[in-house]
Amino acid sequence: MTPADVVFLFLGAVTLGSAVLVVTTRQLVHAALWLVVTFGALAASYLLLTAEFVAWVQVLIYVGAVVVLLLFGIMLTRAPIGRSEGLDSANRPVAIAVAAATAALLVTVVVAGFREAYVELGDPPAGTSGQMGASIFRTWVLPFEVLSLLLLAALIGAIVLSRREIQPPGESSDERPTERPTGPGRG
Amino acid sequence: MTTSLLAAPPATPLAAGEAPTLEAFGLDPWWLILAKAVLIFVFLMLMVLFEIWFERRFMARMQNRLGPNRVGPLGLLQPIADGLKLPLKEDLVPRGVDRPVFILAPALATMPAFLAFAIIPFGPTVSVFGHQTPLQLADLPVAVLFVLAMSSLGVYGIVLGGWASASPYSLLGGLRSSAQVISYEIGMGLSFVAVFLFAGSLSTSEIVASQERIWYAVVLFPSFVIYAITMVGEVNRIPFDLPEGEGELVGGFHTEYSSLKFGMFMLAEYVNMTTVSALAVTLFLGGWRAPWPISLVDGANAGWWPVLWFMIKLLLTISFFIWLRATLPRVRYDQLMKLGWKVLIPGALAWIMVVATIRVLRNEGISTQQVFFAVAIVLGIYIVASYLWDAVRGNRRDAEEQEATAAERAGAGDSTGGDPMAGGYPVPPLDAPHYHGRNSTSKEVNRA
Repeated sequence: MTPADVVFLFLGAVTLGSAVLVVTTRQLVHAALWLVVTFGALAASYLLLTAEFVAWVQVLIYVGAVVVLLLFGIMLTRAPIGRSEGLDSANRPVAIAVAAATAALLVTVVVAGFREAYVELGDPPAGTSGQMGASIFRTWVLPFEVLSLLLLAALIGAIVLSRREIQPPGESSDERPTERPTGPGRG
Repeated sequence: MTTSLLAAPPATPLAAGEAPTLEAFGLDPWWLILAKAVLIFVFLMLMVLFEIWFERRFMARMQNRLGPNRVGPLGLLQPIADGLKLPLKEDLVPRGVDRPVFILAPALATMPAFLAFAIIPFGPTVSVFGHQTPLQLADLPVAVLFVLAMSSLGVYGIVLGGWASASPYSLLGGLRSSAQVISYEIGMGLSFVAVFLFAGSLSTSEIVASQERIWYAVVLFPSFVIYAITMVGEVNRIPFDLPEGEGELVGGFHTEYSSLKFGMFMLAEYVNMTTVSALAVTLFLGGWRAPWPISLVDGANAGWWPVLWFMIKLLLTISFFIWLRATLPRVRYDQLMKLGWKVLIPGALAWIMVVATIRVLRNEGISTQQVFFAVAIVLGIYIVASYLWDAVRGNRRDAEEQEATAAERAGAGDSTGGDPMAGGYPVPPLDAPHYHGRNSTSKEVNRA
């Protein structure tokens, strides 16, 4: 085992441990913070595999934007300090079963696919931005475009859902102010 | 040839490659790396002290005042007096705060600002105690991406500080800053893309090297303008300092902070200001390269001279920040969002398309001038049309919104009290239980 392997295993343990804490902690904002640790450790694993570009994009997008948006959402609604009740659901056993099954599936696929293959990272490393760009826009261009279409559809869907002035025909928009949802802080 | 760190520039240009490339990095002995890291830290701390003094004096002159002039010559020791005073104040931790996060937040705000400076090139390859080394701590093939990632981490300090304080003012400040930084970071990232297209690299040393002939601030002027606006938004300075907005939010995210923790937030703000200024110099203003008339002089871009050019450019950029602060009022929150999402981001995207098209056409061998004129005409029409469209439509919209709000207020009396969309803009609940420390579900608050 090389030192790199040891660090890699350690990062894997950190990722897994913080991921478990995300779903078990009783404090809503702390769950988001453990998610930051998970994403950070994942980015460090990418760095270890010499995929610099992917690693920093992971930090930029997931740590720097996705979780910040999550925090924004939490703060916009409740932002409770301390333990919150009701973070548990009755579906816990089912959720555990689904999570275990997914993990088993992924592990089986990886083990079946690679066995004991040991990938040499090579020189120049395979994770540089030039190589990444070439492989995304040459070899994998179709899945990439399909994904971007999916994201675009989600984006438009979100905009449509959040616009209140788009209504079924027949209803006038004069009633708009009275239709506002009751805020969580009212009462 | 042995040159001490403080020695005058050597008379003869160094034999080593003047502009370092990526291969020049990672060859330094450990003591040199350590010295560079410590020097960057010391440099940033000194810059913070200088900026505090400079900001107060410079702004005072602009406003026809004297500014601090009692402590030391010209008031130069004032920041040191301030710096000594702050840690000696009582360190208050209010009741009901989330203690670990409350303590962690100032450190989270400060650290990324320092880290980002590692990839800023101060100068070309020089000789230090016989070692040929570039005046830059580190460089990566994706160095600019690293800076972006670091600046996106800096927002955590503000958001978490605002949340953990358990105060509505702090929460509002944190909330504003999270939305603001994310919006302006997109514009910032997009403004870099044109630079990458021209330089063909994301490494800072190679971007500086590719500006040998002409600065990107000239070639890519729209990108530079967009970056200049987003960098002010990114570091929460006037006119975009809504997260602290003392007129409406007391102190915003740092309302509840005192003593050294407050000082660290201030430190983070000034270090951030230095970092984004240095980035502007590196990406758009030619980095350490001498400005035009001087660059004709032989040896102006060799040895230790470039550090001087870099410092002059850096100080001018910082003066720009202070000039803005002395001149402009704070924008409203919806104006800020409108500017970010409706002007800067679409503008940056359109500009990237233009730049990419020009590059492709030039590769195909079509004259640049023809392309340029066609593009300029189309772009001009688009800008004028979109401006008129927004002016006409926006005013009508605003009037409608205001009427609707007024009607609602008149009809429902207290309806804006806890309305999450008061006036059409998202507002957090102003009476959330934890503000008052009587959250029945919160054990920590009960214990306190």
